[in-house]
Amino acid sequence: MGKRQSYDGVVLCAPFTTAYQRYSIETAHWWIARALKGSLDLAGLRPSEIDGFTVSSFTLFPDTAVGLTQHLGLSPRWLDHIPMGGASGVVALRRAARAVQSGDADIVACVAGDTNHIDSFRLMLSSFSRFASDASYPYGYGGPNANFALLTDRYMQEFGATREDFGKICVAQRQNALSNPGAVMKKPLTLEQYLAAKPISDPIALFDCVMPCAGSEAFLVMSEEEAAKRALPYARISGAIERHNAHAEDPIQLRGGWSVDIDELWDMASCAPVDMDLVQTYDDYPVISAMQIEDLGFCPKGEAPSFLRDKDMTIKGDFPHNTSGGQLSAGQAGAAGGFIGLVEAIRQVTGQAGPTQVAGASSALVSGFGMINYDRGVCSAAAVITGGAR
Amino acid sequence: MSETILSDLAKALGDQSIKVIDLTHTLDPDFPVIILPPEFNQCARFRMEEISAYDHRGPAWKWHNITLSEHTGTHFDAPAHWISGRDLPNNSVDTINPANFVGPVMVIDCSEGSATNEDFELTPELILAWEEEHGEIPEDSWVLMRTDWSKKTGADYLNMRDDGPHSPGPTPDAIRFLIHERNIRGFGTETVGTDAGQGSHYTPPYPAHFYLHGAGKFGLQCLANLDLLPPRGAILLAAPLKIKDGTGSPLRVMALVQGNDI
Amino acid sequence: MTDPLPPPPKKNPQVRTVSPTRPPEARSRTALGLSAAAAEGRFALQHCDDCGKVQYPPRDACSGCLSTELRWKDTDTKGTLLAETTIHTSTKLYFRERTPWRTGSVQLDAGPVIICHLHGDCVRNGRVDIINRLDRSGQAVLLALPSQRSPHMEDDPQLRAMTSDPKHRRILITDARNPNTPEIVKALCDAGASMIFVGLSEAWRPSPTVDALSAMDKVDMLPLDVTDTHSVQKLAGAIGGKTDILINNARFLRPGGVLARSDTSFAKEEMEVNYFGLMRLAQSFGPAMASRTADGVNASVAWVNILSVHALSSQPEFGCFSASNAAARSLSQSLRAEFRASGLRVMNLYCGPTEDEWYQPLPPPKVTPQAVARTLVTGLQNGLEETYCGDVAKDVFERFRDNPLILERETTLAGDGA
Repeated sequence: MGKRQSYDGVVLCAPFTTAYQRYSIETAHWWIARALKGSLDLAGLRPSEIDGFTVSSFTLFPDTAVGLTQHLGLSPRWLDHIPMGGASGVVALRRAARAVQSGDADIVACVAGDTNHIDSFRLMLSSFSRFASDASYPYGYGGPNANFALLTDRYMQEFGATREDFGKICVAQRQNALSNPGAVMKKPLTLEQYLAAKPISDPIALFDCVMPCAGSEAFLVMSEEEAAKRALPYARISGAIERHNAHAEDPIQLRGGWSVDIDELWDMASCAPVDMDLVQTYDDYPVISAMQIEDLGFCPKGEAPSFLRDKDMTIKGDFPHNTSGGQLSAGQAGAAGGFIGLVEAIRQVTGQAGPTQVAGASSALVSGFGMINYDRGVCSAAAVITGGAR
Repeated sequence: MSETILSDLAKALGDQSIKVIDLTHTLDPDFPVIILPPEFNQCARFRMEEISAYDHRGPAWKWHNITLSEHTGTHFDAPAHWISGRDLPNNSVDTINPANFVGPVMVIDCSEGSATNEDFELTPELILAWEEEHGEIPEDSWVLMRTDWSKKTGADYLNMRDDGPHSPGPTPDAIRFLIHERNIRGFGTETVGTDAGQGSHYTPPYPAHFYLHGAGKFGLQCLANLDLLPPRGAILLAAPLKIKDGTGSPLRVMALVQGNDI
Repeated sequence: MTDPLPPPPKKNPQVRTVSPTRPPEARSRTALGLSAAAAEGRFALQHCDDCGKVQYPPRDACSGCLSTELRWKDTDTKGTLLAETTIHTSTKLYFRERTPWRTGSVQLDAGPVIICHLHGDCVRNGRVDIINRLDRSGQAVLLALPSQRSPHMEDDPQLRAMTSDPKHRRILITDARNPNTPEIVKALCDAGASMIFVGLSEAWRPSPTVDALSAMDKVDMLPLDVTDTHSVQKLAGAIGGKTDILINNARFLRPGGVLARSDTSFAKEEMEVNYFGLMRLAQSFGPAMASRTADGVNASVAWVNILSVHALSSQPEFGCFSASNAAARSLSQSLRAEFRASGLRVMNLYCGPTEDEWYQPLPPPKVTPQAVARTLVTGLQNGLEETYCGDVAKDVFERFRDNPLILERETTLAGDGA
């Protein structure tokens, strides 16, 4: 093992996902409580029995994790608030695991959740970040769609990728979503429909975009002994990395932070990409999934389209990808989009995924990405988890 | 109650055998004022600012603030207005004996000549010719120079050209005659000044102002409707505002005219 | 290829006028440095005093060396277009009403990568030139133009939205008597204005410019006296709904500071024309102009005040006149803020002494009517808020910006006596 400490002795359990909803009159507090209770119920725990708590949310303002302790009646000895959007899940995993390892907390609940009112998306964009207000939104207020359209445009120019290449990813995810009763998208998607979709911000069209919705996700982090004592199925953490504002001098983001530390991840995990039974990439746009597949080590930069061309990315295929449909088909419940892949992966490697279960899954790669501070996603993280007890 | 002259007057006013003639231009922002060389302070134009009109600025009333010069529109010149009258006693509008504000008025018709000559001059000869027909000008009466100039509007009224304004007025001799030979009360015109438009070129410049006010006499300017007055017999009412140390004021000039004289 | 902008049809009197909407206005304080530069039409970015790195987006510490010594400096405008997109939907009403809207990612030769608006004639991967302009929220935005001029470039809708272009617009110039009016009319006609109203005060007084103007094409002379509230209201009642650009060049000017004059009379006239005149015009024409900023090709777009540069710092030889211009300038700042929500642009054009009768005794350089006209039209075409005409105005402004107290002292020396 290199200079990074292992995550031995710490496990992940009680993965819980609420049923997503396109619009909700409830608050983020309500959705977070639902996921927390769901996870605690799975573990047979009462709220007073957790002593660590971390939350990620975009619609909790003016509250943070602090307000939630009093709101939800928690009294943790370890508290965190992780504002890293799509990277929040893996980052929460890393923070909580170290807390448990060091003894700062014994049972940590990691939750992400957001509501979605009619105006939520526009309001969130309007004060997302200083750089976004100063240097991105004045230019058409296209939101992340416009930002990633620029990125997609450049990626397509540099590497010759086509819309068909991206469509393949979206179509496979939709197929997976049809097995997920909680997914917001319920109808199949063909490549023809994908290509004919309403343009949003060229070259991005309707099915390249996630559907913002309300929802929440949660999981618990505790010691292996603690989980065994309670006979809970659990997953182990083989390795995890994070990196923020990587490659700042790249004029356009064609690679993410994972490419900086990826060798360390596989080194920590003592395995290789080919050993993964499923891959959960952060799929705000299919181009980012392609980027992750390259940066996580599956193929060289620019070759994800050709790498995926002969792969079957459905749950029954040879490269199961975003097994519950991902955000593109299950929906993006705000910050919960940073947890959806991880929570589903915990279910997968512990055999609890039900209709979306990949047969015999025991190792999963989970990748997070997010926070378009100006013109690129600043946060990135990845983890390899394996099945422990079922 | 015995009949008095005033009660006769009241009766005559009531049955219109005596008519009230308005000799005043409406005070309005577009009415021309005298223009002086640009280095000098100018005569203020008439301006109105509405300060409420039955609205949030004053719910039940309407009123204006007005700005104007003492010499805007139809106006009265007091002796204090000119350097030649500066040291005379009772030379400002507030100190002039009000008895001077009512009195007989003679109207000298120069309208025919003024129609064809923009610089038409009232001369002693013309005054004597008028007296031939209408009798000698009584002492302490008003003398008005009728030119029908008041019927002109806009640029034609001031009639300003590169060499200055062109409008009718009295010669120095005419004014001296009226003052020294007839001891008139005051002189009035239909133009912006008691002097001719080109009056600065006489010696002394602006002789009407110079001599009238130097002799403690009064001036009236921008009069209208002089064609409705008889050559003699009317009574002129011209009372300036009682402005402290005022050199003049805009005012309502009216004449009482006997019915059969019109 | 930009399609030439056709003149607009007559307005349909049965259709509701579109309400103005605006692009996002929120900016950090530091980013307002870009807006201040755009107000003058300059492209400036922060340069680190210590390591020289050019920063974008605007920030508070150097992303190279953490120094906080960042200074706004005029920057090379050239760059290369890396990527582009055409936005078809937006959650912001302003853009939603104007899609498709083209934006791009440009790598500046100076270093940073910028997201910017994209002129329709920019070529993928091509070289571009960046301009920094105020959008309709009054904040700076960057727009990439093709590095080679293309025909009808100014008619690109995204570019035109950032300007106060007189092309196809109806313009009111408030004072026929100002010696600069005929040249301004000529320059506006050359720039494509469709109609020019000129206000004439006191028609009972002659004036040489009036005769020249009566002979000019597209000119309609109408009564207007900025010292007469009723006159201003009356004209606004007639043409207020067709005034797309208002140029206030009414001016009363006499020499003298406070002690050089013996009374307040000329000063009152200076205030009456230069300050209250502006106020009357704004009260009568302002609301209608503010309501029409989204009214099609010839939407209302700008309010121009022509001021003396000594509005910034007094010229004692014309001290009272300077004060009236200072008052007008302050009022124009208030007006600019009050128009902000509508997107109507207030442009102040500052001149040094002009080449006309009251500045006759002053030595050159003086500003000719042609120069005023040129600066005015260029300022409108670039959507500026502050522009300076002539060497004296530019010089005074530089000194004012450098240190206003030094400027005051160097212009108010009394001279060494015995």
